[in-house]
Amino acid sequence: MNDTLQKAVSAITEKYKVEATEFRDEVTLVTPPEKTIEILQVLHDEHAFDLLLDLTAVDYWPEEEPRFHIVYQIYSMSTNQLLRLRAPLSGNAPAIATAERVWPGANWYEREVWDMFGIRFEGSSDLRRIIMPYEWEGFPLRKDYPLGYEEVQFSFNKEEIMTKKPHPEDRS
Amino acid sequence: MGIEQKAGNMGVVTTTLEQVVNWSRTNSMWPMLFGLACCAIEMMSAQASNYDMSRFGMELMRASPRQSDLMIVAGRVSRKMAPVLRQLYDQMPDPKWVIAMGDCAACGGVFNNYAIVQGVDEVVPVDVYVAGCPPRPEALIHGIMTLHEKVKKEKLKTWA
Repeated sequence: MNDTLQKAVSAITEKYKVEATEFRDEVTLVTPPEKTIEILQVLHDEHAFDLLLDLTAVDYWPEEEPRFHIVYQIYSMSTNQLLRLRAPLSGNAPAIATAERVWPGANWYEREVWDMFGIRFEGSSDLRRIIMPYEWEGFPLRKDYPLGYEEVQFSFNKEEIMTKKPHPEDRS
Repeated sequence: MGIEQKAGNMGVVTTTLEQVVNWSRTNSMWPMLFGLACCAIEMMSAQASNYDMSRFGMELMRASPRQSDLMIVAGRVSRKMAPVLRQLYDQMPDPKWVIAMGDCAACGGVFNNYAIVQGVDEVVPVDVYVAGCPPRPEALIHGIMTLHEKVKKEKLKTWA
């Protein structure tokens, strides 16, 4: 680990009692969701991590509990350091504070996470669906969401699939 | 064919109304720019100079549905886009035809999931399906030729 990055990571691990892991020159901090925004604010203000590269979520159902991990990838332009934060969240009514106070551009990332996973961001200025249609029900990227595929038509099941399509009377 | 021989010398031919109207419709069909995804590239290259579509009368592609006859649905249609597609189809004046270009427009293509409409004929009535992922410009032109043959067989009774 680089010196500047080591300084930032040690400051966070000492103050907030969080774990830092390193794998092939990539450093990850696993932070509890209540303190995550505070840690991000400290990294932004004191350690010059001014660019939010990505804000996504991962669903580890059913293997791991807690089910969701929210991943923040941040970058410092002046010192050229990358850092990753993971915030584990459990599945029933997952919610976390918004990162918009630190980076206003986090709004669209959070909208995408809300759309795909159903994780609420408290304090967000505009939390609505961004990829799926606005009235869509369900959160598609969760592991228990069905694929929604249509069966492949062969000659033996063509008739029954055709009756399920819209406007079956218009088809030959 | 006495009258044709005599009239032919004067530069006059006889034909039926159906043939004339169908011929004029095929030779001046203006497509609507509806390139959604990767098939749009092949549609553009079919319109460009190498595989010229202008020699078949499709001189230009109108972006406005009010000024076009043919809607070439090129690319995958997502469920969010389907009402928009229907609205644009409804805004086109008669006579109008639809070509479903590519696998995604014809049957959903490789995308068999919740987000993509499985075949654009769930939304608009399609006249010609062109297969391919993406279909080569020659394949699209062949599809257009097939549509021209279909239009030339139209009868007075089915005109809108």
